[in-house]
Amino acid sequence: MSKLKIGIVVFPGSNCDHDAHYVASTVLQQDARLIWHKEGSLGDVDVVILPGGFSYGDYLRCGAIARFSPIMNDVVRFANSGGVVMGICNGFQVLAEAGLLPGVLLRNESLKFVCSFVNLRVENAETRFTARCKQGDVLSIPIAHGDGNYFAEPDTLKLLEDNRQVVFRYCDGSGAITRESNPNGAAKNIAGIVNERGNVLGMMPHPERAAERIVGSTDGRKIFDSLIESFVYQSLSV
Amino acid sequence: MFHAKIVVTLRKSILDPQGKAVEHGIHSLGFTAAKNVRMGKYVEMNIATQDKGEAERVVQEVCRKLLANPVMEDFSYELEEKKVEAAV
Repeated sequence: MSKLKIGIVVFPGSNCDHDAHYVASTVLQQDARLIWHKEGSLGDVDVVILPGGFSYGDYLRCGAIARFSPIMNDVVRFANSGGVVMGICNGFQVLAEAGLLPGVLLRNESLKFVCSFVNLRVENAETRFTARCKQGDVLSIPIAHGDGNYFAEPDTLKLLEDNRQVVFRYCDGSGAITRESNPNGAAKNIAGIVNERGNVLGMMPHPERAAERIVGSTDGRKIFDSLIESFVYQSLSV
Repeated sequence: MFHAKIVVTLRKSILDPQGKAVEHGIHSLGFTAAKNVRMGKYVEMNIATQDKGEAERVVQEVCRKLLANPVMEDFSYELEEKKVEAAV
């Protein structure tokens, strides 16, 4: 298979853009490119990553202003036509603000910025982002955010559960979903969700910071490897 | 011209940890009668139109599309007409 073309959007204030680019190009050996937010088109890409950071200084609300960056029109078009979009941390906040994913990320319940490794239970291993995992696997991936407290109305939460759109939940080392293992107060310990169609993922933890042994965990690679593999299956089934 | 004063608040059903922290501070000052402290945002802007209906439309749309996220926030506003002195 030819290399995947991975576009990483750079907003003013993005700060995990180069980490994502490094993992995509150097670790995963794919064809990665940074895309400045003022560009009107994504160009020829297979995957779009909205990286972590503090776009527009988190002014107003996290992701609220980035969502109106020129490139976002094309990100919305790309996502709505089935293109694969992955929002990490601030990228998740931008996707929620843009309406590509339901809900919103509120201030952490503790009011503290939390930067640490957390355990994530894989709730749905049948998405294109998690096929390399098994249902119930516990991944060790770091978080670093002040606004990761996922909130949605009860009806929306029910829909997410019914459609199996909750992909990752914060858990303890044994995979138990507990209040103590919830770092930010997120509803139902939700750490990551997909849209109904399954082509858009938003997650607060940083898989790009857990893709090499030297940084303490390679569990993040399972997500990227799943994604790459999903394109192989896609090309075989065509 | 119209002047708008806009207040954006977290919806009542949403826990406001920041408000709780401030309430705690107020109580530490001895003002224990203060209850239910909620934080919000205040935004003001001028709208260059003579037409009040148009000014209302602008404020409401700006609030809905940008200043408040309806999933978590409500907004309210006051509009006041301002006389602009003729340019010399």
